[in-house]
Amino acid sequence: MATRSYTSRRELEEYHFNPFVVIAVPIALIVLQAFLPKVFPRLLILDLPLIAVIFFAVGRRNPIFGALTGSAIGLLQDALTGQPIGVNGIAKSVIGYAASSIGVQVDVENFLTRVLMNFGFCILQSILLFFINRILLGRPEYHLLWFHELLRAGVNTLVALPLFLSLDHVKQRE
Amino acid sequence: MESFLSRFKNALVLIVILLLQTIALATQVHRAADPLHPDGQHVRLIRLWAAAIIAPFERTTSATGHQVRGAWANYVALRSVRQQNLDLQRQIAQLRLERAALSEDALEAHRLSALLNFKQHYAAVTVVAQVVGTSGSEQSRLLTLDKGWHDGLHPGMPVVTPDGIVGKLRDVFPSTSQLLLISDGTSGAGVMLQSSRTRAVLRGTPQGRIIINNLTSDPRIKPGEQVLTSGGDLVYPRGLPVGTIEAIGADREHPPYITITLKPAANLMQLEEVLVITGTSEGLSPQTEQELAADAAMTHAADIGAERLPSLHDKSGGESPADPNAGADPAMPPSSDSTNLTPHPKPVLHPDRYSPGTVPPAGSLTPGAPRH
Repeated sequence: MATRSYTSRRELEEYHFNPFVVIAVPIALIVLQAFLPKVFPRLLILDLPLIAVIFFAVGRRNPIFGALTGSAIGLLQDALTGQPIGVNGIAKSVIGYAASSIGVQVDVENFLTRVLMNFGFCILQSILLFFINRILLGRPEYHLLWFHELLRAGVNTLVALPLFLSLDHVKQRE
Repeated sequence: MESFLSRFKNALVLIVILLLQTIALATQVHRAADPLHPDGQHVRLIRLWAAAIIAPFERTTSATGHQVRGAWANYVALRSVRQQNLDLQRQIAQLRLERAALSEDALEAHRLSALLNFKQHYAAVTVVAQVVGTSGSEQSRLLTLDKGWHDGLHPGMPVVTPDGIVGKLRDVFPSTSQLLLISDGTSGAGVMLQSSRTRAVLRGTPQGRIIINNLTSDPRIKPGEQVLTSGGDLVYPRGLPVGTIEAIGADREHPPYITITLKPAANLMQLEEVLVITGTSEGLSPQTEQELAADAAMTHAADIGAERLPSLHDKSGGESPADPNAGADPAMPPSSDSTNLTPHPKPVLHPDRYSPGTVPPAGSLTPGAPRH
């Protein structure tokens, strides 16, 4: 009789994605992220690429894949901004790695887990960006506005839940 | 060794990824010395590829949005156009009058600045560009424009709207460009407070606010005061509106100084079309000068006509202007019409040889004849 362990959970629930989906979905979300604030400026608070990183990382449950996905999405996001390339790349690499590692440990299909995961990773990204800007880039004027960051995490979690449900359809069990 | 690598494979890969990106960051920060070329060649290439991937989608989305809005505006929302047209015509008439009144001042200011050998740059050539996207990040206030170096754009060119300045071009690609807003944390501009004439440097903050700091407290600086470009940064032409002072507070990081928060003149949050200033001139264009001269001449003629109107000088009411001596008011300034208003002295009480009229005309006198 096979023993159930965290490794077997990973083996049982590791998903596969069509390569086209892995490329098209993040690009679509980055395009949306760039376009939506033009029409509704308040939507700058969203971070759709972060949601994509979390989704693909927990879906694959492979920390290397998660880190590489996060890095690629973060770098593409950086290339569209005026910031040095690597700011979002570093932050999202860590998020991708952490999300994949957590995906191995817990049931990420659960609604409450998804809420906590999205909220927590959004806050973690804000803290990472703060350290990158303050320490690596030496920008003392960069401050962490806690209320704003909590609001951002809440809004992103609200958007992530239906997005995860719709993206669940592109998962393929291995 | 092999077991170590296989055991910590995941963590090692993450460390390598982070290390590479940290080195890349350090390289970019080290090289960012030229404000016109903030990125190195390789970084610029990455941005170019990213723009090449994203820009077509942004253009398509933006064009679709414009078509939908255009269809709505051109075919559905036309109910109040007639009234709007009348209002606009009235407004144009009013603006023509105001322009005529201001043009003479403008010409005079231009002449005076030429006399002082003061070199002022005017926006001579502009390119209209459409905003097709944003950076999508709160940390970077950057917009994507649908014009690039094929349209004559170059990094560092100022971008304005009719309301005021917006920012300057950061990276310019073949068919798109990146507009760095003045509210971005890396932006700056030379400005001047309109009433106090204080010169300062404006900069953006990571939170997207526009501030002026390193200024000493001055009671003349008040909220609501206009802020204009000073031209000292050699990017923005002088005299363009930047915004108004929204708040004045103490600078916490530099205690003797104050921090001024500005409200931008242009709506930076919802820009649709902008003007990129691709060329400046040191004087007004010949066409503009001709228009101003024509307006000024019209104003001058109107002023002369107004001065000659009898009602303007007929303040005593009912007195005939043909008899200026009858009601001469010493407080009234003499009119420019000298034929009717030659001053006549009043009759003297005790005439002597110096009194008017006692000396015969010069034509009747004989040289050498004795005086009577």
